Amino acid sequence: MAATEQEILAGLGKIINEITGIPASEVTPEKSFVDDLDIDSLSMVEIAVAAQDEFGVEIPDDQLKNLKTVKDVLTFIQG
Amino acid sequence: MRIPDIAPGAKVLALGHYQPAHVVTNDDLAKTMETNDEWIQSRVGIKERRVAQEESVEDMATIAGGKALAAGGLSPEDIDLVIVATCTLETQIPNASAVVAHRLGIKSPGAFDVNAACAGFCYALATASAAVRGGAARNVLVIGSEKLSQWVDWTDRSTAVIFADGAGAAVVGPSETPGIGPVVWGSSGDKFDAIEIKDRADFLHQEGQTVFRWATTALHPVALEACARAGVEPSELSAFVPHQANLRIVEAIARKLGADKAVVARDIVHAGNTSAASIPLALSRMLERGEVRSGGLALVLGFGAGLTYAGQVIEIP
Repeated sequence: MAATEQEILAGLGKIINEITGIPASEVTPEKSFVDDLDIDSLSMVEIAVAAQDEFGVEIPDDQLKNLKTVKDVLTFIQG
Repeated sequence: MRIPDIAPGAKVLALGHYQPAHVVTNDDLAKTMETNDEWIQSRVGIKERRVAQEESVEDMATIAGGKALAAGGLSPEDIDLVIVATCTLETQIPNASAVVAHRLGIKSPGAFDVNAACAGFCYALATASAAVRGGAARNVLVIGSEKLSQWVDWTDRSTAVIFADGAGAAVVGPSETPGIGPVVWGSSGDKFDAIEIKDRADFLHQEGQTVFRWATTALHPVALEACARAGVEPSELSAFVPHQANLRIVEAIARKLGADKAVVARDIVHAGNTSAASIPLALSRMLERGEVRSGGLALVLGFGAGLTYAGQVIEIP
């Protein structure tokens, strides 16, 4: 069964915490990676790679630049 | 037909390096482009870099090569092959290696350049090792020398903050026991445009995210394979000297390599990314500072435009 949005959000929060040190509780759907979470473009690549390992969905670089918010990533992973 | 006596092994006999005197700090760059010290350090780990003023690729290579010869107690007559790894010559003809050999007083050696971009030194080292073991050369002078500053757009903060100038050199000679392990090399030509200079009027461009993703996911298997092919456990390494591309890439590969006792080269912090020069430059400087011991094993791993990569285990001279 596919993961629910809540499960993906929790997994994403854990990944972002491990890569950037940002508390997982701050990773909420409306947050912008750049403006709210201050995550740079290289950390976004690390997050995309870790998310692929975790959820089995590849996020290519040309798609990655369009994913501005946590919600955008949740939607992408859910397909 | 007959072939010459073949050396049982080859090893690095000595190292040398050269850096231009002119230091460019992050604060210097912040005066001319939209960047700052914190931005640069957090993304690439560089505090300062060296930029050549009058020095050419050949000038820097000659000085580094001369130092390697002196460090090994060798004279120009001992060298019969010169290989320069570079991708930043000002012109394509003549090659750098013949010019450098002439300036060092090395009489009529084999002389050719290698362009495998930032992986070039490891390609040249593998070629030198094979030449010695196969009887094609007695002692080889291998040099990585780069003047990236002349191919960088100094208004482009995605490249100008990263690239720098310098040279490093190694003398490779015969050995009773292996001192240079089997090379693991390869390329990913499907990503040919991830790092490129399109034409003579262009500057170097880099797809930062593409290169970062590749470097942090595709290269640690190469590093592990280079160890395996040399019969060396990562835990036996006393140094890991990857190409100094970006401190975050260096540290990501080092984490995945798991060489717990190895000193990891972080020369990029003060030298910037000097492409084919970065590995011999870093190792030579680490040896000079006493951070690594002679006789220890180091894994060197080059990677860059092409995309190309190569790595091998070497005994530190």
